[in-house]
Amino acid sequence: MSSDRWIKPAFFAGFSIPFVYLLWQWGLLFTGQPGSLGANPIEATNRFLGDTALRVLLITLAVTPLRDLTGWIKLTRLRRMIGLFAFFYVSLHLTSYFGMDLLFSVKALLKDITKRTYITLGMTAFVLLIPLALTSTNGMIRRLGPKRWNQLHKLIYLIAALGVLHHFFMVKGNQPEPWVHLGILVILLGWRLAKWSKPRFARRAA
Amino acid sequence: MLIRRPKSWELKENQTTPHGLYLNRRQLVAGLGLASGSIASGAMAKSELAIAGRKLEYSSSKYQVDAPQTPYPMVTSYNNFYEFGTDKSDPAKHAHALITDPWTVTVEGHANKTGTFALEDIIRPNEQEERIYRLRCVEAWSMVIPWVGVPLRKILARFEPTSKAKYVQFVTKFERSQMRGTRWPVLDWPYVEGLRMDEAMNDLSLMATGLYGHELPNQNGAPLRLIVPWKYGFKSIKSIVKIRFVEKQPKTSWKKSAPREYGFYSNVNPNVDHPRWSQSSERVIGGGGFSSLFSRRETEDFNGYGTEVASLYTDMDLKRNY
Repeated sequence: MSSDRWIKPAFFAGFSIPFVYLLWQWGLLFTGQPGSLGANPIEATNRFLGDTALRVLLITLAVTPLRDLTGWIKLTRLRRMIGLFAFFYVSLHLTSYFGMDLLFSVKALLKDITKRTYITLGMTAFVLLIPLALTSTNGMIRRLGPKRWNQLHKLIYLIAALGVLHHFFMVKGNQPEPWVHLGILVILLGWRLAKWSKPRFARRAA
Repeated sequence: MLIRRPKSWELKENQTTPHGLYLNRRQLVAGLGLASGSIASGAMAKSELAIAGRKLEYSSSKYQVDAPQTPYPMVTSYNNFYEFGTDKSDPAKHAHALITDPWTVTVEGHANKTGTFALEDIIRPNEQEERIYRLRCVEAWSMVIPWVGVPLRKILARFEPTSKAKYVQFVTKFERSQMRGTRWPVLDWPYVEGLRMDEAMNDLSLMATGLYGHELPNQNGAPLRLIVPWKYGFKSIKSIVKIRFVEKQPKTSWKKSAPREYGFYSNVNPNVDHPRWSQSSERVIGGGGFSSLFSRRETEDFNGYGTEVASLYTDMDLKRNY
């Protein structure tokens, strides 16, 4: 179908915007022009990448509910790409924290992971994402078999929850943004719970 | 023979830069396009490098920092003032809604002279001096800022606190219609801070009314804010409307919000980590040049003011009293 040709590139371009924007801002900074990264560009970059990573992760979880609601089956074909974008932004977020904040000090990283709850949560989420990214190819799906592959990829629910918690534990005071992310997560996971429990109720009633 | 030993924070005469020259330097740097790259937003054009607000009357002081001052645009665009939003750029965007004139301060508690005073009756312009202090935020960044203000001890003495006044509590203005950040309970509003009486009477404690020789922009805590340079920045409460002399240690906002993370004393201490980040080093904001973005500075005990204040805490375990 003709729409197939533009849909993937369009989504790819859309999810690339935050990355391109950040590169542009760093370009401005490097060449001494006014930009939006502010007085503490490293902190601004870390926050921006973290927010983007978490949002793309939540969008990944929104694919199935949206498909069911709209009946737009093609959305499922975009899910892998969106998931890989989530992994991409999580990796960039980790790299900017490890590279620019900790200046690649492994010692500082290990200290942070063991001492600071929000880093422990964030690192766990990243580590759990790795097998999902590695098994995202058609070949790996075939090798694992759809059932085991599906089971493995249910990890995404835990990863998203860890991401939201990471945000909660990171901010100072009682800030609104983590609550917004939590609300979206609850809706997306709650929707699945409702879907899974419904047929069972139906069976019981029958 | 009298031998005068310069203190750690004192600059040699030849190290200080006259204010005019300093401003020129900033213009020069801006002209080269170096400083403007790190300026907060695209909206901040070069013309806005000019300092806002009324020029203040002040004398110079002995308090100097042996490091470059943080450029004015950064001091006024990167702020933690949660009453106007939790993003660092929010205060500069939204604090204009704060009405700072007229401004009154209510003085209560264990003092002979209490009541509500107009700002003009609290700040005597001829007592104002410029003090260059390093500001160390609990979030592990720092700035060097030329404040203008009156030593807190001079202001407090005028109210004649009694022997029952063991602590002094400060309260920030809380007006929902002017402070959009207070619509959400980030903290238990209004913001409250406090000092032990001997800390408040230490010569370093400053009631600031300006920075860079001009009155404070709203986002920096206009028209009246505290500066306690040996403590983390959140102790330096902004836009003060109430001063209360009390017997018991005041319940301060951040301590109430997360008692394991923020103590009443909150002295800058590189050996006591915040539970969520290390305090051993700090990022210097506006250090100059692209590569300086990646360098960090070792944090000093009491933010480098140990000579003046360490004696206040001789009998205290500062690991427990963080």
